[in-house]
Amino acid sequence: MASAASPATPDGRVNDGGRASKPVVSIQAVTHRYGNVVALDGISLDVPSGIMVGIVGPDGVGKSTLMALVAGSKKMQQGRVTVLEGDIADARHRRAVGPRIAYMPQGLGKNLYLELSVYDNVDFMARLFGLSAEERSVRVKELLQATGLGKFADRPAGKLSGGMKQKVGLCGALVHDPDLLILDEPTTGVDPLSRRQFWSLINDIRVGRPGMSVIISTAYMDEAQQWDWIVAMDAGRVLATGTPAELMKRTGTEDLERCFIALLPEEKRKGHREITIPPRPPGKAELAIEAHGLTQRFGTFTAVDHVTLSIERGEIFGFLGSNGCGKSTTMKMLTGLLPPTEGTAKLFGSSVEAGSVEVRKNLGYMTQAFSLYGELSVHQNLVLHARLYHLPPEQAKARIAELVERFGLGAHLDALAESLPMGLRQRLSLAVAVLHGPQILILDEPTSGVDPVARDSFWELLIDLSRKQGVTIFVTTHFMNEGMRCDRISLMHAGRVLAADTPQKLIDSKQADGLETAFIAYMEDAIANADAAKGAGSTAPASPPAPGTGSPASATTFVAGAGGQEPAPAPLVKDASQPARPERASLRLRVGRMLAYAHNEAMQIRRDSIRLAFAFLGSALLMLIFGFGITTDVENIRYAALDLDQSPESRAYLEQFAAAQRYFAPTPPAFSSDEAFRRLQSDDVSVVLEIPPNFGRDFRRGAAPEVLAQVDGAMTFRGDTVAQYVEGVHGELLRDPATGLRTAEPQRYTAELEERFMYNPTFESIYSIVPSVPALLLLLIPAILMAVSIVREKELGSIINFYVTPTGRLEYLIGKQLPYIAIGMANFFILTALSLIVFGVPIKGSFLTLLLCTLFYVAATTGIGMVTSTFTTSQVAAVFVTAILTIVPTIQFSGLLQPVSTLQGGAGVVGSIWPASYYMHASLGAFTKGLNAGLIMKDVAFLAACVPILLGISVIGLRKQEK
Amino acid sequence: MKSLLNILWLGLKEIRSLLSDAVMVVFVIYAFTLAIYVQATGTSSEVNNASIAFVDEDESTLSKELFNAFYPPRFKLPERITSEEVQAEMDRGRFMFVVVIPPRFEHDLRAGRNPEVQVNIDATAMQQAGIGAGYIRNIISDRIDSFLRSTEVAKTPPVRLVIRKLFNPNGLSSWFKSVVAIINQITLLTVVLTGAAVIREREHGTLEHLLVMPLSAFEIAMAKVWANSLVILVATGASLLVVVDMILEVPFAGSVLLWFFGVVLYLFFATALGIFLGTISRSMAQFALLIILVVLVLMLLSGGSTPVESQPKWLQYLTYLLPARHFVSFSQVIIYRGGGLDAVWRQFLMVSAVGLGFFAYSLALFRKSIAVSK
Repeated sequence: MASAASPATPDGRVNDGGRASKPVVSIQAVTHRYGNVVALDGISLDVPSGIMVGIVGPDGVGKSTLMALVAGSKKMQQGRVTVLEGDIADARHRRAVGPRIAYMPQGLGKNLYLELSVYDNVDFMARLFGLSAEERSVRVKELLQATGLGKFADRPAGKLSGGMKQKVGLCGALVHDPDLLILDEPTTGVDPLSRRQFWSLINDIRVGRPGMSVIISTAYMDEAQQWDWIVAMDAGRVLATGTPAELMKRTGTEDLERCFIALLPEEKRKGHREITIPPRPPGKAELAIEAHGLTQRFGTFTAVDHVTLSIERGEIFGFLGSNGCGKSTTMKMLTGLLPPTEGTAKLFGSSVEAGSVEVRKNLGYMTQAFSLYGELSVHQNLVLHARLYHLPPEQAKARIAELVERFGLGAHLDALAESLPMGLRQRLSLAVAVLHGPQILILDEPTSGVDPVARDSFWELLIDLSRKQGVTIFVTTHFMNEGMRCDRISLMHAGRVLAADTPQKLIDSKQADGLETAFIAYMEDAIANADAAKGAGSTAPASPPAPGTGSPASATTFVAGAGGQEPAPAPLVKDASQPARPERASLRLRVGRMLAYAHNEAMQIRRDSIRLAFAFLGSALLMLIFGFGITTDVENIRYAALDLDQSPESRAYLEQFAAAQRYFAPTPPAFSSDEAFRRLQSDDVSVVLEIPPNFGRDFRRGAAPEVLAQVDGAMTFRGDTVAQYVEGVHGELLRDPATGLRTAEPQRYTAELEERFMYNPTFESIYSIVPSVPALLLLLIPAILMAVSIVREKELGSIINFYVTPTGRLEYLIGKQLPYIAIGMANFFILTALSLIVFGVPIKGSFLTLLLCTLFYVAATTGIGMVTSTFTTSQVAAVFVTAILTIVPTIQFSGLLQPVSTLQGGAGVVGSIWPASYYMHASLGAFTKGLNAGLIMKDVAFLAACVPILLGISVIGLRKQEK
Repeated sequence: MKSLLNILWLGLKEIRSLLSDAVMVVFVIYAFTLAIYVQATGTSSEVNNASIAFVDEDESTLSKELFNAFYPPRFKLPERITSEEVQAEMDRGRFMFVVVIPPRFEHDLRAGRNPEVQVNIDATAMQQAGIGAGYIRNIISDRIDSFLRSTEVAKTPPVRLVIRKLFNPNGLSSWFKSVVAIINQITLLTVVLTGAAVIREREHGTLEHLLVMPLSAFEIAMAKVWANSLVILVATGASLLVVVDMILEVPFAGSVLLWFFGVVLYLFFATALGIFLGTISRSMAQFALLIILVVLVLMLLSGGSTPVESQPKWLQYLTYLLPARHFVSFSQVIIYRGGGLDAVWRQFLMVSAVGLGFFAYSLALFRKSIAVSK
């Protein structure tokens, strides 16, 4: 397989593919820390060029950090890394060699955009590297065809199996013909057939581009066996380097896994010994787990297809398969978490479907990954579970002590569970799972991410449980050597069990040299059968769902080439004799990359229903709520009269309030002060008008009787306004002789007060609120969406595409901003339409000026989102921080509640620089005040000035490398 | 019995998890102390520093007297402008009020005519415009009265009106705002805490773990309800004692116990809402977006920001279903007006009914989501 290295390359960039040439990567004294944790500890290493180099070691030893440093995606802390004859810490060198390096980060499809189709993902990478439209369409199709993805070009990347995602990632990496290919754990969690296909792809590529250097990391030692050169790493250090043969010879071992263990320092190997599995006692035991025709369908997609199993008491039964093949779903049906669509599952003869408590007491379960409470200590986790299983306190105490002893947790009792290393965590999980002494243990990938030594000690515990205590163990794994340790295994793929038997029998029946090859043979058989079935006109049993059927992405699985032909190896790499493209930093390329990001972002939003709904329905909903819900109009004030006089005069006085219908709504009169107070107290009325006894007589005598108005002042604004209205009606009554309360003469010596309510003559709050709300909404929503779009890339990992491609910061930011400006403008039209149609608030001034103003405003508000994205790292933080930062100044300091002209001190300063103040003025001006364009232009000018400032801050704050 | 124990143990775990999350704890403390203080004392609907200008075409002793009658804190010191400038200055938003005193104003007044003072009001500044105009009216007529009284006899009015404001005699807006701020924080934080707890358990896979044990969805949900409610209840109590009572000195007219009973009822609803939102959103990020929409709606329509009575009738019928509205309403009755159970039992009933219905619905959804969750 390693025959690809050939001596000369036609393009002449690398002189010779052999090991004699200069190292492609030279690492000198590199140390890297995350807080107090040392990830890389003074590593020095020269990587030969033109060959396939494997970096091997378990999870968490620093492989990924090293790869990211070499790719230039992570910022160097200490030391020096020379890549392709230049210092990778130098930004200019990175830009120059960027197009010659391809980097695929760890994690299935980590740098893919899951909402985008396969084609669009690869096309996007091609755009970033400046391929023209014609070049792209040819190149992308070529690559997809060669990797067998051609048929799935339109499927969203999120709905692919792990193996296929990795192939898409590879296409994206190869689209620009790199000289150095860096692949970080490309096959973790991928089924064996896809894995084999992946490696043969890499080999084909190397045949086409013999000068290309490939650096790959992996946790599967057996994979690395076939590579040219190995770097074995542990705990941030290099244990050994050399060809696999050399290393095995040095340690006197036969395979790399044992070789690796032998290379480990003495104290780590302590207590490790080869696992021996005592045979099961002969004779037929009772059945512990029985499943018959278990089927699970999600919509039209079949995740698990008629799985039938029977497992005896005390047996260790292994379930092998790739990510998403249906293993976890099967387990969930066995544990009663998920009711099966069809079929039955029984534990010790009783059905689990009812999920009865009795059945569950016999069951211990370890979910995939660590599922205990990380924020509780080891001891607290154990105690909590003892309590939830209602073990009597003394018994619980004894049991916990026993388990702590046996699982070696004694030294860590008070440590937080999340602070434990993976191996210990898994032991704690197991301790919790067996705490109540269950008869059946169901373990979902208990050893993924655990180093080989810890994995072996974990298996010792399992074997002990099975053989000594007769516990039935049902375990899933994707490590073939763990499969070999099981009494029986079943091979699962695409929801179906391909075969189930003892590992040796499975190998023998396919005459394979190992479990992996046997598995692949079974998979190929299954595919052939499915094709035959299709050819015969019947439907395939596990037919892949049509794109967009909404089946859960994680449960979907496909094998490339499942439709029949093996992927054609032919035109994988472009004719290597073609000269390398010169690095052109022309404007055209920059604009092209910017548009590529804009296009990419637009498509992502279009396919994300929640964000889309938030963008459009959110603003409309909030507009309606603000418009209808926020009103400062005080009308229909409920009042009660307490008329202690009952004279014509008192009635005439009260009549005046009843006549002011818009403001006052009468309720039945009160008859005592107590009653009046009670009614005020229970919010039945807001005012009580108390007319004193002898009111009429005093009035006639000119003795100026006193009317008492008791106003509910609990809600201050309302209380103030009500008091004003009462005074208003009272004043009207005295001025107007026609009211029935005859006063001697009209008042003299008073000035008439003429109040002109400008801009809003009817003084209805709707004319003020409705034009003000867009200032808030066009800030809040675009800013949040913008911040989320950037932070989301940070969180999901696709920002790596920005780190490792020649994309500039400005291109990236403006590219992402454009779609949100478009959304902001669309929102503006929606809000304006609502104002006109629903609220009947017309635009009195210049619509075009307002439109121009809005354009700058949304450019500025998306800029605010960009700025917040520079200092937030999770989407949740981005949403809340942006919301708080935008809502508070907009509501408090930009004129929504209090005019900017009345603000003082700090509030005044904020109000005078906050863009919302200016937009609020422009919007109110255009809608309600009917201002001419000249007055609004000042706002336009200010907002236009904000845009480059905010963009500048974001450019400074945006990192081009990971910290 | 066993079920109760399960709920107890799970709830204790919940509290322990929450307390170990330093960021959350700081956020809760901030939300119930500083945030409440700032909201209570920040912007007010009272008229403060209102910008005012005069166009004095009379230039008499009286007009100068009127000019000098406006001063801080209620008004900024007035500025003089010309009548041509009025429209432009108001368009620019420099002044909320412009008082125009006509020529020969004092002369006409003394002659027994009723000359007209014009007050131009920027009616787009709703909250202050109406009340401010009232102040201006009172100040001007008082000044004219006292000015004339020094020369001639002014008449007393035939009927006097005495306005007494109950429940908040000085009209301090911090009284109302502090309590509304607490109510808003209760809504926001309860929903965030409970929803985040559900999502965290799902994302970490611990929820699955719990369901394989002999526990029911009801027990799991109920544990979250009591644990998160307790945390918020304690925070509310502390905030009421320290911020509202001691610092802002807002008197509590009614029974504290009765109010807390109401809070417990509301918390039941809010935790159920949290479970509901945590269940329907697939990730923390989606949850955060949903929270913004839902909590804004609850806050704006509850009657805490503007009176429920001002909402259109059809909306009032809809908001009748919002427990937040009843919460604001019974809080006013108990805290300011000193009302007893007889005044608030309807609101209590409504909050419980909606809370119970919502809890039942969330629970059903919660069960179903677990069944299909990954």
